Amino acid sequence: MLGQEYVRNAVLAGSVIALACGVCGWFVVLRGQVFAGDALSHVAFPGALAAAALGLDERVGLFAATVAAGGAIALLGRGALAGRGGRAAGVEPAGDTTIGVLFTFILAVGVFFLTLFSRSSGGGVGIQAAHTLFGSIFGLGAGEAALAAVLAGAVLAAVLAIGRPLLFASVAPEIAGARGVPTRLLGFAFLVLLGVIAAEASQAVGALLLLGLLAGPAAAAHRLLPGTGASVALAAGLALVSMWGGLALAYAVPSLPPSTAVIAIATGIYLAARAWR
Amino acid sequence: MLEANTRDAATELHDAAVRMGGRTVWSEVALRIEPGEFVGLLGENGSGKSTLLKVLLGALPLQHGTVSVLGRPPGSANNAIGYLPQRPGFGAGVRLRGRDLVRLGLDGDRWGLPLGIGARAAGRRAAARARVAETIELVGAAAYAERPIGELSGGEQQRLLIAQALVRRPRLLLLDEPLDSLDLPNQASVSALVDRVRREEGIAVLLVAHDVNPLLPYLDRVAYLAAGRAVAGPVREVITSETLTALYGVPVEVLHASDGRLAVIGAPEAPSYHHDRHEHHHGGSHVHAG
Amino acid sequence: MYTPADTAAPSLTWNLAHDAAQVLEYHFMVNALLAGSAVAVAAGLAGWVMLVRREAFAGHTLAMMAFPGASAAALAGVAAGWGYLSFCIVGALAISRLPGGARGSWREEPAGIGVVQALALGLGFLFVSLYGGVLGDLEGLLFGEVLGVSDGQVLELAVVAVLVAAVLAGIARPLLLSSVDPAGGLARGLPVKALSAGFLVLLGATVAATSQVTGPLLVFALLVMPAASAQALSTRPTTSLIASVAIALLAVWLGLGLAYFSVYPPGFYIATVAFAIYLLARAAAAAAARRRRRVHGPAPAPGRPLAPEAV
Repeated sequence: MLGQEYVRNAVLAGSVIALACGVCGWFVVLRGQVFAGDALSHVAFPGALAAAALGLDERVGLFAATVAAGGAIALLGRGALAGRGGRAAGVEPAGDTTIGVLFTFILAVGVFFLTLFSRSSGGGVGIQAAHTLFGSIFGLGAGEAALAAVLAGAVLAAVLAIGRPLLFASVAPEIAGARGVPTRLLGFAFLVLLGVIAAEASQAVGALLLLGLLAGPAAAAHRLLPGTGASVALAAGLALVSMWGGLALAYAVPSLPPSTAVIAIATGIYLAARAWR
Repeated sequence: MLEANTRDAATELHDAAVRMGGRTVWSEVALRIEPGEFVGLLGENGSGKSTLLKVLLGALPLQHGTVSVLGRPPGSANNAIGYLPQRPGFGAGVRLRGRDLVRLGLDGDRWGLPLGIGARAAGRRAAARARVAETIELVGAAAYAERPIGELSGGEQQRLLIAQALVRRPRLLLLDEPLDSLDLPNQASVSALVDRVRREEGIAVLLVAHDVNPLLPYLDRVAYLAAGRAVAGPVREVITSETLTALYGVPVEVLHASDGRLAVIGAPEAPSYHHDRHEHHHGGSHVHAG
Repeated sequence: MYTPADTAAPSLTWNLAHDAAQVLEYHFMVNALLAGSAVAVAAGLAGWVMLVRREAFAGHTLAMMAFPGASAAALAGVAAGWGYLSFCIVGALAISRLPGGARGSWREEPAGIGVVQALALGLGFLFVSLYGGVLGDLEGLLFGEVLGVSDGQVLELAVVAVLVAAVLAGIARPLLLSSVDPAGGLARGLPVKALSAGFLVLLGATVAATSQVTGPLLVFALLVMPAASAQALSTRPTTSLIASVAIALLAVWLGLGLAYFSVYPPGFYIATVAFAIYLLARAAAAAAARRRRRVHGPAPAPGRPLAPEAV
């Protein structure tokens, strides 16, 4: 299986992306920001469309949209971190409503662009849309795969670098704040990093399925292993297993899309974790 | 001028006033805490006790007066302060273990991962683990430090939070209503714990509370915040009918129970809409929602 | 499917009465307005409760069931609507089985919902691949088909709306109590879990109905935006509930009216109108709060009205 170049590319990019998703996802679940992650992945598609409308590379739109959305969510949720004791994570409950309103509007804009496109290009949108929405990991060239791996690796390194203060700020924001941890800045930085990995992972599993790779392994890890370091490592490992398992399965069964396979395994892992503990 | 031994004080406020949301919370506050002293900070809801702690942490600037913490401006010495905020609120679902929380108290503000290679790094990690274990022993939480915090009782969580505040060997402990949600036996044991630790380690403690009684056996002095002013001194001098009546400006009575406990009767809660005692009314028509 | 572009070039004039009359000339537009109104009532009500229960994420996930629902239906050879409804109900039941509330961790439930959503969409993609390519009526799927809705469908939607309103009216008090205070509800003998699951199924039905008007992507335009606007404007439950329905109706009428004169899908206009109203409502609420602060001095931190803990 690894003899084929397209498979090797997929494994390279997919592995690093999976590790980054596992680690990021661990924090996403801890901070109660799963819906925000969902919103980020949903704006990826209108972002790509808007970029295409402006004649830019779709990936520019993809990244710009997710990062901008991440920043917006962080800034709009800012009030939460100013001492709303009683909720451990750094997201104000009302933020869900605001997030929902915002990304619906962005989707509306996406619908606008989609109509614009389908009338002008007459159906060519379909394939590109499918790639963005559902991933095209078996279609990555060597250069693209390497770039994806490097970018995902950078996100992974960044999240690990801020991991300790981020954890501190997430579980005990007032104490961390008193100790000089920049809780608001960290929250903002985290959502921006999440935007980047969301755009990255869109290539592997697609924007719509990204959530499965973010939430499933992380939720399983939190269930199985309370604590910190080992738990994060477990989330990363489970995500990696999902990716490898999914790719292998999709290779063996050609009618099974790789993104579906990956998500199916991630779901299975989550259910197994629930059954275990 | 500041006295020469100001440098030795754990904290000192002089003629301090603070404003929040357009009103003066308290003013003309003078308080000095010596190293190793156990001082209780009392007052009704809304009197500004948490605000005073925030000033000491450097999170809120003074409107008037001076403040020094461990001889330095507030905010610059926070590494030597152990802080326990009011009701940090670990929901039932928090899976972090007590030991992890205490470890965060030790180095949670450091960037990067503690993943160095080599003997020195391994030595540092071992030392950190030992310090965490030692602190957990100190507060008597060893039996449940490995369980997720969300599953622990209020008293157990408080002990771990105190451990988190102690793990860096602070010289000043600021505890915001740690006894608030505890039952009486736990209030007594946590108070005793704080006193034991501060004697063993020589830490100054400022503990905010509603009710002075659990702390009576241990307090050196008490500071009472009410009606925008403060009175500080030994408990038997401050918590008296005369002193509190003078402070509040309305009749307040202090009753002594036969076992030595005190009850404060008649102290009004701080109003939420407030005309400053020391300032003129703002002009125009005011309509109080009541 | 009728599209306005097929008819003889209607154009928006400044004579609103004339425009409205133009719109109402056509039976398909009247049908669309009726269907939209029914849906607006259901969505305004269910969405209001959904926000109180902080289940927006669940609502969105149910909306996404359109995709596997339609593709499974295509694969099975049945009408897309049935596939969608079935997947909505299955999804609702799956979500209701997630650990939440007193027993589990409130932080796990969103993760579980994310897994459900991803799995559902992944399955949808699988069905599409098995079906051999792009779904025939992708546009209808994405954008809703309210402009081509038949008399029979109007009736169906009206029935759904009445059912949703009736059930909500029936379970409103126990439901809200268990939303705000699940432990207290249990103590009173309320079947909290059953109420939870029941509401999710109701939400699924509402979502399925709403997506016929706005398309599944923009269901939130009627499910969240009106309710959010209403709750920003008033903290009194009855008032904000009525306002939620009223705003949803307004968004539908204006949105459909605008869509008549344009080629863009009605969902887009409904969402835009609803969003504009939301912004106005938030601005008005912020201005009112500022005015209150200036007159009365700082208020104690406002508690969230009907803010539930974990559900």
